[in-house]
Amino acid sequence: MRDGSHAKRHQFTVTEVTAIVAALDDAGVPVIEVTHGDGLGGSSFTYGLSHTPEQELISAAVRAATRAKIAFLMLPGVGVFDDIRAAAGNGATVCRIATHCTEADIAVQHFGIARDLGLETVGFLMMAHSSPPERLAEQARIMADAGCQCVYVVDSAGALVLDQVGDRVAALVAELGADAQVGFHGHENLGLGVANSVLAYRAGAKQIDGSTRRFGAGAGNTPVEAFVGVCDKLGIRTGVDFFKIVDAAEDVVRPAMTDECKLDRMALIMGYAGVYSSFLMHAYALAERYRVSGAEILVKAGERRLVGGQEDQLITIARELAAHG
Amino acid sequence: MTLSAAIVGSGNIGTDLMYKLLRSPAVEPRWMIGVDPESAGLRRAAEAGLAASSAGVDWLLAQDPLPDLVFEATSAAVHRANAPRYAEAGIRAVDLTPAAAGPAVVPEVNLGEHRDAPNLNLITCGGQATIPMVHAVSRVTPVAYAEIVATVASRSAGPGTRANIDEFTRTTSRGLETIGGAARGKAIIVLNPAEPPLIMRDTIFCAVSPDADQGAITKSIVDVAAAVSAYVPGYRLLDEPQFDQAGDRTRVGIFVEVEGAGDFMPPYAGNLDIMTAAATRVGEELARSQDH
Repeated sequence: MRDGSHAKRHQFTVTEVTAIVAALDDAGVPVIEVTHGDGLGGSSFTYGLSHTPEQELISAAVRAATRAKIAFLMLPGVGVFDDIRAAAGNGATVCRIATHCTEADIAVQHFGIARDLGLETVGFLMMAHSSPPERLAEQARIMADAGCQCVYVVDSAGALVLDQVGDRVAALVAELGADAQVGFHGHENLGLGVANSVLAYRAGAKQIDGSTRRFGAGAGNTPVEAFVGVCDKLGIRTGVDFFKIVDAAEDVVRPAMTDECKLDRMALIMGYAGVYSSFLMHAYALAERYRVSGAEILVKAGERRLVGGQEDQLITIARELAAHG
Repeated sequence: MTLSAAIVGSGNIGTDLMYKLLRSPAVEPRWMIGVDPESAGLRRAAEAGLAASSAGVDWLLAQDPLPDLVFEATSAAVHRANAPRYAEAGIRAVDLTPAAAGPAVVPEVNLGEHRDAPNLNLITCGGQATIPMVHAVSRVTPVAYAEIVATVASRSAGPGTRANIDEFTRTTSRGLETIGGAARGKAIIVLNPAEPPLIMRDTIFCAVSPDADQGAITKSIVDVAAAVSAYVPGYRLLDEPQFDQAGDRTRVGIFVEVEGAGDFMPPYAGNLDIMTAAATRVGEELARSQDH
């Protein structure tokens, strides 16, 4: 629901979160993430204001879960230490800390605090397509040394293709060894979420992210129900019940979505040009506000190599496009 | 009168500040203090005619005469240790670290209130770049909420900034409230590793009443931006302010770029330039106030 928050413009309610957590928990999903799409403290003019304070959603998720762990995301520079403490106080047990894939050292303090609070820690190296495997592995080492227990290759733009995922995951596994696990977070912008996740698994990833019904930014995330089905056929044990997760996706998650996450022009451009998936809804809104092409906004965002968190710069791009007709 | 000054900290910031002070008619840099004898900054200071020493603050406080002013360009922890010693020696301190031992100042906004303080703190680069804009709005109409996003080139964010991102966001948020005049403030910082490095950008959002006079707000923003650019020449508005409806409020969007003067650090590092430029401005104002 954290990534789904983007697709829903951060309008989740306690009722929706409660129903979704109950269904996923029953299906055997081991970890469920609930936060504003841009992590703790993300509710803002820049990223979109939350309908319901995220800490209330986290509390609701904790109440609804019987065996799943409740996770939250935080981006150093957006959220602060007190947000982590509040989420831990509300019963979340997995702290996922995200930085751009070259900036792992800004999260060192945060991993320390999370571990001191007794939280399980995950590190997110975002926009992983923009760094070669060796550099990504160096950054993963910084996170692991800071107390991170699982470092993710995060394909924020849905731009990684097959072996590019496997190579990155393998580089992290080789670097981290027994010091930390490796994970993979995929997006569907080139339609490869499931295939990329299988390659990540084969390269040694132990944690794989997904969203039921693809409910995430851009064209959405790796569809959990499809990934579980594929794993069943490949003999990979996920612990998730295929029929239950299929029902949860259709009966509980879909009704909470404003729209399906589509592999349309805008999403494809993000995957092709390497654009942060969360920019999608902002590009739509700005295209309407300034009567410019949303696709052109995304192309420019790719050209300028904007990173996650720079949603404000999309306004400037839209204004420039409007001025130059 | 001219004030004599020592720069404590011979890294990038201290060196850049030295070049700015060397051009100042009101502040004369005479000492540069570091801890590493091999420091490039100390070598440059000696070349520029300053007394340069790697023997730390002990050495500085043994000088006769002592400086009128000290500019601290070390770290928060070092300044917290040094601040009482400067005070005891009667030396006024301009603090470029996040130590916050003295009142926080933004030259264009509240320096007048703190001219007599023995220790002045310059908050953060993001604060120096954005608080004047929040002030520009809040002097026209109440600001219920101010939010800023500071984007800086990865290469311009040193180890101190990287290790203290949380402090940056909290200190800047507080400055938006206490100095900018917003009822509530939120600061966000983003590092971008693109090559060639991008020039510092700041976006400022203010929530105001839908009835607020948009023409007056725009004029105030343009006026304050011009005043800041008088001491930070690379400070400019990228666009006219944008007004959007946000729930029952109006959201004012202000878009700023800060290009550095390139004194020592490259021009993309506007985030560092605005700190040394603000420090220079504070030093000059203190010199001026001594004349009265």
